[in-house]
Amino acid sequence: MPKSYIEVLVNDEPREFLVQPGTTLLGALREELGLTAAKRGCGQGTCGTCTCIVDGEAVMSCLVPVETIQGADVRTLEGVARDGGELDEVQAAFLEGFATQCGFCTSGMIMAAQALLAENPDPSREDVVRAISGNVCRCTGYESIINAILDAAQRRRATGGVQYVEGGV
Amino acid sequence: MAIQSEQIDRSYFAEGRDDDFDVIGTPVQRSDALGHVTGRTEFFEDRNPPGLLHLKMARSERHHALLKAVDVAPALAVPGVVKVLTHADVPANWYTILRLIGVEPNDEPVLPEDRVLYKGEPIVAVIATSEQAALQGARAVEVTYEDLPVVLDVEEALADDATAIKPHGTNYFVYEGHHCRRIRFGDVDAAFAEADHVFEWRYQSSPIEHAPTETTGCIVIPQADGRLLIHSDTQACFFTLDNTALILEVPFGKLRVMGGTVGGGFGGKVDVTLEPIACIAAMATNKPVKYVYGREEEMQISSPRAAERIYVKDGVMDDGTIVARKVTLYVDAGAYSRHSPYGTTKAAAHMPGPYNIPNVWVDAHCVYTNRTPSSAMRGFGVTIGDFALESQMDRIARALDMDPLHLRLINAYRDGDMKAHRKVAEGTALIEVIQQAAQLVGHELPAELRTMTVYSPASDGWTFLIKNP
Repeated sequence: MPKSYIEVLVNDEPREFLVQPGTTLLGALREELGLTAAKRGCGQGTCGTCTCIVDGEAVMSCLVPVETIQGADVRTLEGVARDGGELDEVQAAFLEGFATQCGFCTSGMIMAAQALLAENPDPSREDVVRAISGNVCRCTGYESIINAILDAAQRRRATGGVQYVEGGV
Repeated sequence: MAIQSEQIDRSYFAEGRDDDFDVIGTPVQRSDALGHVTGRTEFFEDRNPPGLLHLKMARSERHHALLKAVDVAPALAVPGVVKVLTHADVPANWYTILRLIGVEPNDEPVLPEDRVLYKGEPIVAVIATSEQAALQGARAVEVTYEDLPVVLDVEEALADDATAIKPHGTNYFVYEGHHCRRIRFGDVDAAFAEADHVFEWRYQSSPIEHAPTETTGCIVIPQADGRLLIHSDTQACFFTLDNTALILEVPFGKLRVMGGTVGGGFGGKVDVTLEPIACIAAMATNKPVKYVYGREEEMQISSPRAAERIYVKDGVMDDGTIVARKVTLYVDAGAYSRHSPYGTTKAAAHMPGPYNIPNVWVDAHCVYTNRTPSSAMRGFGVTIGDFALESQMDRIARALDMDPLHLRLINAYRDGDMKAHRKVAEGTALIEVIQQAAQLVGHELPAELRTMTVYSPASDGWTFLIKNP
């Protein structure tokens, strides 16, 4: 079968590549573009470790055929820290709030949080729980993650922080 | 939001402690957290070496069967499949992980020779240029089975007329010539005869899967110097290195294991079920090979916590004093030993719980069945035992109309007590922990229970704690 030609914006950079038909966004990120922050935990849309942001919305990238998002604006965890490597509020809150243990769910959790905070800068605890309801963590018991996301929202409101995903970049 | 640690309660055992902690009570950042929040932590599957081949297994569809014929030709005909491996390709096919600490016999084949002992057991490894082709190839392998009687229950497995499923002829692990791990302390039968009450209940757990978010896997890369570099998410790098070298019949120095980054383990990534065959595939093709469980394999094939069945029989006096405890415990090892002989020993060692009971009898059986092999998981051998023992304590308290904490406190072991295994209890602290927990949840205890302590002036159990004795 002929390969498909894909053009997308990934973390503000235009990227073009060829893929086998049926390749998922997750497969393209990891195998074509070398962006491995998004993980494959189940490959069937049930664990959330592959969560990325496409045109402002959190998606399970293992379920998205990359051919269906031609021209889209994609953001992964690699594109969250500011130029020079300064952590954004969510990353800093996860780091300082001990919200990572093994780290395998962290990328998906942070991206789900980014999508939430872009849409709702002042979420309730319930809003946070709902936003990460598709993301499985087997280490923490979730409390430290929920607290970190609430903490990140507060930090961002206090600084009038950067919003990474609103309406594309 | 800086994390505050809980204040340490320094009122307990003050005279037995230096209080010179420099880490306890202080938040310490994880060394890997910055990598986690920036996505730069490298998990094994984040490597993508050029020319990577993929390995997938054709697996048994039967719980217990003879392999009458295994036809790999249809797999080799699948476009992208480059090679298949069977038991004939494994230099030293029979192993058991804990042979490294003297456990025997080698009861598990890397790939089975004439029979399968559980549903999902790997039979043929299929190596292909893509994961999809490897999966298609694995599905194309044609296996002809002749079904054998199936043993799925631990007590049925030990019955006289049970089908022996293991090559060594018994459905149980043999401990130094005995059919189980045993503890004999005092005389339980005499104590039952004199007890005011005898309570006996049965407890049963199911297998529990660790379900790590990262499935178990490895990438093996042949090196220019002839060594094999194994990127693995194992929790046990040296178990992996040593067992793999023994299976490959190569010197340990031929292998290099890169591990330490584990996307959730919980004890589930200590078996050596992937690396040996991936190494054989890498040697046979001289190409990098990835073998990683899919989510369904992780749930169905990777070793769970063993299911246990536990009978607890207690002799108890009217005031709640437990005078005898008899425990018959069965660990369902599944088809192969893996870590279960050790887990069963731990189960026996954990009985009769943290209580001072003068008469104790324990038989802990490590039993083979045609189920998925079980293995290690957080406190394996101990956790389910505690579930049974503490459920038993609650039920006794209810039957005697007693406060369940009262029952535990009057039976709690104290420093200086002789345990059933002939070890003197030291540093127990159980009574103080229960008192503190009761206070925290507002559970009122009468004065005589609030002032109890594990410290007994008659004992020397504190010697190890006291500064400059």
